[in-house]
Amino acid sequence: MHIPDGYLSPSTCATLYVGAVAGWYSALRRLKRALFTRVIPLISVFAAFSFVVMMFNLPLPGGTTGHALGVTIAAIVLGPSGAILAISIAVAIQALFFGDGGISTLGANCFNMAIVGSLVAYGTYRLMAMDAGIRSKRRVVAAAVAGYLAINAAALLAAIEFGIQPALFHDAGGTPLYAPYPLSIAVPAMMIGHLTFAGLAEAVIAAGLVAYLQVADPALLLNTSGVSLESGTAGTPTGSVRRLWVAVAVLMLLTPLGILAAGTAWGEWSPATLAQSTPVQSSDPSPVVPAGLVRLSSLWTAPFPAYAPGFVHSRGFGYLLSAMFGVGVLLGLSLATRRLITNRRKGLET
Amino acid sequence: MSRNLLQSTMIGFGRRLTRTMLSEKIAREHGLLQSLDPRVRVVGLLALVLAVTLSRKISVVAALLAIAIVLALSSKVSPVTLAKRVWLIALGFTGVIALPALFVTPGRAIASLGSLSITEQGLRTATLLVLRVETAVTLTTLLMLCTPWAQVLKALRVLHLPKEAVTMLAMSYRYIFLLVETAGQMFESRISRTVGGLPRAEQRRMTTRTAGVLLSKSVALGNDVYLAMESRGFRGDIQVLSDFRMRSLDYVVLLLFLVAAAAAVWMGR
Repeated sequence: MHIPDGYLSPSTCATLYVGAVAGWYSALRRLKRALFTRVIPLISVFAAFSFVVMMFNLPLPGGTTGHALGVTIAAIVLGPSGAILAISIAVAIQALFFGDGGISTLGANCFNMAIVGSLVAYGTYRLMAMDAGIRSKRRVVAAAVAGYLAINAAALLAAIEFGIQPALFHDAGGTPLYAPYPLSIAVPAMMIGHLTFAGLAEAVIAAGLVAYLQVADPALLLNTSGVSLESGTAGTPTGSVRRLWVAVAVLMLLTPLGILAAGTAWGEWSPATLAQSTPVQSSDPSPVVPAGLVRLSSLWTAPFPAYAPGFVHSRGFGYLLSAMFGVGVLLGLSLATRRLITNRRKGLET
Repeated sequence: MSRNLLQSTMIGFGRRLTRTMLSEKIAREHGLLQSLDPRVRVVGLLALVLAVTLSRKISVVAALLAIAIVLALSSKVSPVTLAKRVWLIALGFTGVIALPALFVTPGRAIASLGSLSITEQGLRTATLLVLRVETAVTLTTLLMLCTPWAQVLKALRVLHLPKEAVTMLAMSYRYIFLLVETAGQMFESRISRTVGGLPRAEQRRMTTRTAGVLLSKSVALGNDVYLAMESRGFRGDIQVLSDFRMRSLDYVVLLLFLVAAAAAVWMGR
C-alpha cells in the first residue's frame, strides 16, 4: 500500500498532497486547542510504536503471515487528529529512511493510510462501540471491524489512484506514463490481498490490543470512548446529549417531507381507502371491506388523524406540530418515569 | 510461538538497525554530497526526484539515473551497497508489477511468448516504470545515506515544514530505536523460554500481547518524556537551532542541481 515514486502522475501527487496538507493542518489545529505540549511526545512515541508494530510478523489463518499498520489502535487511543499525525510521521520516516513509499507520493500515502485510515477506523469504532462499557466485548469487535475497514478503505483509495493513471496520463501512442493498469485490473489486484490478509492482520492486532488494554491499562481507552472507567456509562454526556437534541430538532423540521411520499403505506389503509382500492377478486366488482376491520377501526379516534390536526390548515405545519407533540409526550413520559424511579430509590435508601 | 517466526521478526529488527548504522557510517565519509550544505542536498536531490516524476521519456530518466550513479560514486557510496539496498529490491518489487504490463497493454505486437504477445507500448511503459522507480529510490537513498538524520530534519525547515512536525519527526525517529530494542529483547526472552512450537492461535495471542506491552511502555515513555520536557521549561514553544552556512561551492552545486532538474523536465516533456 506504500506507493513508491513513479507510480502516480505529478498532478495526482499534487492533488493528494493538498488533501494531506489539509488533514495535517486540521489535525494540528485541533491538537493545539487541546494540551498540545503534552501531546507532542505522546504522538512522537506513538508514531515510533506504529513503525515498530509494522515490523511484527503476525501468523494468520491459512498458514501465512501479515503485518498491521497500527492506524486503528492509534485512532482508538489518540483520537483521529493524533492518529493522523502519528501515522503520517511513521509513513514519512518509512519513506525517507527505509525506502517504503516515495517522496513525491508521500502526500498520497499519508492521505490514504493516515488520514482516511484514521477517520474510517475512528468513525467505525465509535459507531459500533457507542456507549458500551470500557471492558465490553463490543469494543473488541468494534476495533476488529474498524481495523478491517480502515485498511481496506486505504487500499481501495490507493487502487483507484493507480487505476485512473492509464486513462488520464498516456502519450500519443497510447503508452501509459505511470501505473499501467486500468481500474478493472488495479482494484481487484489490490483488494484481494487486503480483503484477505492485510485487513485481517490489522483487525487481529487492533482487537488484540483493545482486549489487552481492557485488562492491563483501560485508562488508555477512555480518550475516545465517551464513557467513564467506573460506571461504563456516558462520562461526559453534555456534548452527546446536545448533539442528540440537535438531531431530534432537525428530524422534526424534516417531518413535512413525509407529505411528498405518494400513495398509502401498504397495510395501513382506513376502511374508506380500502373500499376505493381494487377488489380482491376480479369477478366481484363491489369493494370488500372486512366487517371486523370496520368494527375495530372506530374503537379509538386519534386526536391528530393522519398527522393533521383539524384546526391546522397547512399540512406541512400539521406534520411539524404532530412531531413536536409526539416528542413532547415521549419526553414527558421519560421524565415522569425517571422521577418515579429516583423517588423510589430515595425511599429505599432512607 | 514458533522459533522461525520469532527469529524472522528479530532478523527484521536487526536488519533495520544495521541499515541505519550503515547510513550514519557513510554520512561521515568525505565525499561530494557529504561536503555540501545539508539544505543543498535536500533541495537539490528532491528537485531531481521531482524531475524524474515529471519526465515522460525513457532516455531522460536514464540520464537522471546516470547522474545519480555519478553522485553516488563521488560520494563514496559503493554500487554494491546501492545494488543490494536499492536496485535489486526496487527491481523485484516493481518488476513483478511491471511484468504483466508487457502483455496486457494494448498496442503493436513486437514479440510473442507462446500465446502471449509483448506489445511495443507495454515494453515502453514497463521500462519507464522500472527506470523511474529505480532512479527516484536511488536519489532518495543517496540523500539519506549521505546525511545524518538530524541534519535532514533541520534542512527540511527550508521547505517551511512546521516546527512541531520537525520536532515530532526527530523524537519519533529517536524512539523507534529504543522501541525496536525493547521489542527485540521481548522476543529474545520469549525465544529463550520456548521449547518446540506453539499453535498458530497461541502465536497470534503472543504477538498481540507483546504489541500490547510495547504500547503500554510507549505511552508511559511518552508521559515521562513530557514530564522531563516540562521540568526543563518546555511550554510548547519550539526552537530549532540552525548552524548551516552556505559557501560558494554550495551555491554552484545547488545551481547545477536545479539546472539539471529543469533541463530534464524540459527535455522529458
